[in-house]
Amino acid sequence: MPMKIGEKAFFDRVDDALEDDFMRNAMASAQDRLRGKKLAATEGDEEIGDWEEWRSAGEEIRKHTLENLDYYLNQLSETFSKQGGHVYFAETADDATRYIQEVAKKKNAKKVTKAKSMVTEEIGLNEALEEVGCQVYETDLAEYILQIDDHDRPSHIVVPSLHKNKEQIRDTFRDKANYTGTEEPRELTAFARSQLREVFMEADIGVTGCNFAVADSGSISLVTNEGNANMVTTFPDTQITVMGMERLVPSWEELDVMTNLLSRSAVGQKITTYVTNLTPKVDEDSVDAPKEFHLVILDAGRSNALGTEFQSALHCIRCAACVNVCPVYRHIGGHAYGSIYQGPIGAVLSPILGGYEEYGELPFASSLCAACTEACPVKIPLHEHLITHRQNYVEKKGKKSEKMAMKAFGIGASTPSLFQLATKGMPAAMSPFVKDDSISAGPGPMKLWTSVREFPAPGKSNFRKWFENHKKGDDL
Amino acid sequence: MKVSLFITCLSEMFYQNVAKDVVEVLERLGCEVDFPKGQICCGQPAFNSGYKKDAQKAAKQMIASFEKAEYIVTPSGSCAAMFKEYPELFHDDENWRERAKSVADKTYEFSQFIVHVLKVEDVGAIYPGRATFHTSCHMTRLLGEKEAPSLLLKNVKGLEMLPLKNNYDCCGFGGTFAVKMAPISERMVDEKVRHVEESTADLLIAADNGCLMNIKGRINRKGKPIEVKHIAQILNSRVEGVT
Repeated sequence: MPMKIGEKAFFDRVDDALEDDFMRNAMASAQDRLRGKKLAATEGDEEIGDWEEWRSAGEEIRKHTLENLDYYLNQLSETFSKQGGHVYFAETADDATRYIQEVAKKKNAKKVTKAKSMVTEEIGLNEALEEVGCQVYETDLAEYILQIDDHDRPSHIVVPSLHKNKEQIRDTFRDKANYTGTEEPRELTAFARSQLREVFMEADIGVTGCNFAVADSGSISLVTNEGNANMVTTFPDTQITVMGMERLVPSWEELDVMTNLLSRSAVGQKITTYVTNLTPKVDEDSVDAPKEFHLVILDAGRSNALGTEFQSALHCIRCAACVNVCPVYRHIGGHAYGSIYQGPIGAVLSPILGGYEEYGELPFASSLCAACTEACPVKIPLHEHLITHRQNYVEKKGKKSEKMAMKAFGIGASTPSLFQLATKGMPAAMSPFVKDDSISAGPGPMKLWTSVREFPAPGKSNFRKWFENHKKGDDL
Repeated sequence: MKVSLFITCLSEMFYQNVAKDVVEVLERLGCEVDFPKGQICCGQPAFNSGYKKDAQKAAKQMIASFEKAEYIVTPSGSCAAMFKEYPELFHDDENWRERAKSVADKTYEFSQFIVHVLKVEDVGAIYPGRATFHTSCHMTRLLGEKEAPSLLLKNVKGLEMLPLKNNYDCCGFGGTFAVKMAPISERMVDEKVRHVEESTADLLIAADNGCLMNIKGRINRKGKPIEVKHIAQILNSRVEGVT
């Protein structure tokens, strides 16, 4: 599955990540920076007023749209088509890539430029286009870096090359693109720009994702900072936009709210450099617009969440605010998740889209600290979804030993006499392992704890007895 | 005011001194304290691991033990938050849901109860030292209590409170997470300990024994000269240097 990153098992990927000190430091400092910028542009920005009200408005809009998804998808499809655009509903990733391949073949396309888009990563579009003889060019700087670095995969939804520093980027450019300059970001950017300039003008097809589609006007909206998306959508004669079927808003009014929420939450900007809105209809004599506009609306597992307790996971606007506050992502980075959707939303979304077989371990990679839920601009209860995934997972694939242990827990936690017996007996039972009031090498399941930390020795006094005496007035 | 104590299984097994301090502070503030004997564990370990039915068993035991209480007070933001989860846990069972709601509605974390119900911000404690405070995730984010502990600690005589870098970051405990995802948890607690060290505090205070068990366990393993205490131990200190 193209959504998948790497072939290793989850824990091996985690081990690799934890060994990578450079990556971990990069993650930590990026998180601190992005979190700070986000807070300044949201809770800290007086101009915007009460951020909580914005979050509630965002949640309402997303909820309403998802609850009436059929209606708005129909409306979008109609308005988009009426203006001369072509709409294709793709049930699977394969359906989507097959359709796009057909378009490319019909157009006899040789060069394709792309703006950054996670959904095209999800369906493996580059490989599909290469199969039909197209050369695909990623034009977002971060995606360009990843592409020329032997098709490295994104490690962050908004900042895909977060796991690389400027020296590594310089080396990649030198090794793969005959770059001779320094690691100065301005110089690196200028180089990428010079490489891409010709390509923009020669492209036969431009491919974009879609931050939002506006149902009543049949437009797609792109929220970007680099300007490359505007180049991708103006030069080629054919444009193909791929969107997840949930990425739409009813009208411009809601788009206004969602764009505010997105740019402030994602990068701490009040508004991004470009907010580009495109409709298929063009004047006959227009020279700066595609003549053919295809909109591919993708399901690919999304409807698994519709009408279920996970529906609100589809509210996600891919801002990565949850990723930027997640203490687990902070230490393992994006590739360890094994999915192009990382962090808390990745741990919620990946099992919905790709199943528990592949992604069942991800919901357990969370301490349930709820920083993600607090950060989400559209109030997705992410940590609650993680718990629900865990419930589903243990029902289907839970280990027998753990099930037994939890059953024992249930019995122990509902039988006071047993609990008191255990509490009383514990100091004696644990005494062989106790030294200086703590346990350094515990038996059985305690091993994993004590390999890292001391475990407290069971307290010697009995609180219940103390309390009884205390009530009688003889605890002094 | 009548207060029913939920002392938490962790406190009862490992931290009886914290439990005693809780009783003494509440009594000093004029509360009539009782201890419902049927209480065991809130069920969070099972709930968070995905074992809803087993969590329900624990929850029923707690609901039955506490439903007659006027107020329920516990020295753990996380366990208090689990009580607040009960009505949803019995989503499909009207009878238990109602009973769960009555318990959830009158449950408070220890410092939250002192500040918001007793309306006390200075408990008259004295504790000379330089300390920093670990804000437990479940208390701040699930229970929504962000102010109470720091208000109380600010008024402890002799106690200088120092800021903790990235205090919003989880310490890596997360119940079963600490063992299921042991290597990740280790890096998280390491970073927390590093930030505590950088704060230059001699003492780390928190309002949840779960987090304290994790951070203290790592501090002790690394042999760092930093004391770790539950907020109840600080609030029950009236003599210099004695807890």
